[in-house]
Amino acid sequence: MSYAAGVDVGSTQTKAVIIDESRSIVGRSLIDTGANVVTAAETAFAEALADAGILEPEVEYVAGTGYGRYRVTFGNTQVTEISCHGRGAVQMFPGTRTVVDMGGQDTKAIRVNAAGEIADFCMNDKCAAGTGRFLGAASAALDIPLAELGGVAMKAQHPVRISTTCTVFAESEVLSWLGKGKKIEDILAGVHQSIAARSIGLLRRVGIEDEVTFTGGVARNIGMIEALNRGMDLKVNVSEDSHFMGALGAALFALDHIVASRSPVFSEAVV
Amino acid sequence: MLNATSDIVGRGNNDGAELFRNWFEGLGETAERGDPAAYVFVMGSMAELLRVFDLPVVFPEINSLQTAVRRVAHEYLNQAEDFGYSPDICGYVKADVAVQLRGGAHPMGRIPKPAIAVLTNACNTYIKWAEIWERMYNVPVFTLDVPGTRAAGTQTWPGDRDFENDRKYVAAQIKELIGMLEQVTGKKFDIDKLRESMAHANTMSRGWKRVLELNRNRPSLFNAVTDGTIYLGVSNAFRGTEPGANYFNDLVEEMEYKAANGIGTLTDEKYRLIFVGVPCYPIFRRFNELFTEWGGTFVNSTYLWFAAGGANTGFEYDLKRPLESLAEGVLISVRDAMDSMFYQDQALGQMLDPFHVDGVVYHPIKSCRTVSTGLADNRRALMASRDIASLFIESDMMDRRVVSEAQLKNRVDAFFEGLATRRMAAGR
Repeated sequence: MSYAAGVDVGSTQTKAVIIDESRSIVGRSLIDTGANVVTAAETAFAEALADAGILEPEVEYVAGTGYGRYRVTFGNTQVTEISCHGRGAVQMFPGTRTVVDMGGQDTKAIRVNAAGEIADFCMNDKCAAGTGRFLGAASAALDIPLAELGGVAMKAQHPVRISTTCTVFAESEVLSWLGKGKKIEDILAGVHQSIAARSIGLLRRVGIEDEVTFTGGVARNIGMIEALNRGMDLKVNVSEDSHFMGALGAALFALDHIVASRSPVFSEAVV
Repeated sequence: MLNATSDIVGRGNNDGAELFRNWFEGLGETAERGDPAAYVFVMGSMAELLRVFDLPVVFPEINSLQTAVRRVAHEYLNQAEDFGYSPDICGYVKADVAVQLRGGAHPMGRIPKPAIAVLTNACNTYIKWAEIWERMYNVPVFTLDVPGTRAAGTQTWPGDRDFENDRKYVAAQIKELIGMLEQVTGKKFDIDKLRESMAHANTMSRGWKRVLELNRNRPSLFNAVTDGTIYLGVSNAFRGTEPGANYFNDLVEEMEYKAANGIGTLTDEKYRLIFVGVPCYPIFRRFNELFTEWGGTFVNSTYLWFAAGGANTGFEYDLKRPLESLAEGVLISVRDAMDSMFYQDQALGQMLDPFHVDGVVYHPIKSCRTVSTGLADNRRALMASRDIASLFIESDMMDRRVVSEAQLKNRVDAFFEGLATRRMAAGR
């Protein structure tokens, strides 16, 4: 049995996934990226190997993705996270035609075909508003753990309108609403709606086509899922492995290489 | 006598660079002597007419982009912003303001002061820009109002009633401009000298059109973003001159030679692309490498259309009726330049097959809304009408503060990954 691995070195967290030849996930890991990107990639990979219960030589091909993909020193190839999230989303939800990936510092809108190939994509540009960082700023201002933000926001009765489009200013705007006596859940609901609105704007640029699959770290936030569903009037697909979708996509590209290398004519079109 | 590849391949780039240096040297000499010069723009420079009055032409747009290519644009932009210009204003304008504040000091030499500014309405910023010189130097400014296309796909042509009305309108303005030039220079208008300049312009337009067409060749003969920008510089700076005409005759010869001998611009051409917009001059070479590293080359560029003032149309003047024909040429060429900015999706759609295009790269720029507004809609229209891959990336033509190489690279890489899988799917 051969295995393929994908290591997604993101701005905030590093994810690693190992799959077998049937494309099933056999091991995964998630760690904070920290300052040393090379070490983060190595550690995440080692933890995924341990989770899978296999040894490194059993992994035939490794693909790096994410902003730190060129720092996956043990990787055999690099693929952008745009291609990887598209590929991973279609693997998890074959009906996927649109992907929204919310990460620590960028949000991507990706339109894919049935094969998981990228038809079009769009990302936030030069500004991290509308990304996970925006939630991080709200978490810091309200002193609520990031993981709990969505649940609190779901209790809102009268969401406030967060007008700022800047992550740095989000913190002061949150404090300003607190000063006006607004409830924390209403403020947080406003934050979630603000991010969802910006993300939906990106999605419209590539064209929203059902099914929409929500990937990336922020997909674990139930408040954000709800805000996206309401904003688009549909139900987004969310997998328990949404956080690992980039790494999964990378692992699938790595598996392509393994398969192609066994064919009589190696296809140079494999990315 | 050319009998070796080394004599001819790359000649256009080398000769173009030399001509350009000579041109700037000439401008420096004009500045030293304190002689008059005409400030003009790439979209409707009226160079043919200005040469009749021996007026050297100064292209502030080219001066500005040269500061970016030479990696000093930020110094000029900062100076203009310190002077009071907003960061949101066109980077070309601001770099030029700084050149003026420095008494013409420029990385390529010294730029002479204007004796007159001649502009068209092809870019709305031109008008406010020229007003700066008017205030700084108290010089006359002539704005040639060129009627554009009323709606996409409904251009009028010689013989049409609307076209003839438009032509008369432009011709009347040209007569007025001639009077102003006589006043500024103290020289009488010489129609034979105009004919001579127009004849050179004809050779150049004919050559420019031919060179662009020749890049249908596989492999492509020149990179429309890098090599093409050199040719474009000569097309503008030497328009209506004998050296300009000779250059384009040579360039056509070079491209035909390369086509006949299968000599491409890349050793391994994998993807043929079209560029839409203005280049990213602050990282000019690196920007192009982001594409060539994947085997991508630009076979055409809308920049080579609109920034050539419409010379890409190959319009040739009728020398038997020079003034009438000049009006006709200005009308057709400047209109085409405007259409290349605003309605380029139709032209792009038509060239996808003959140029064997794999993808279209849209590059809106932060500091020029004129050329960037509408690109997103144009892209959508093209993608709706044709199954073609496209990339939409934003940076700037001058301001490195808004150029993020890491973000550009991520998008460019994803674009090529998409092209690779698209090609693989097509082969299945």
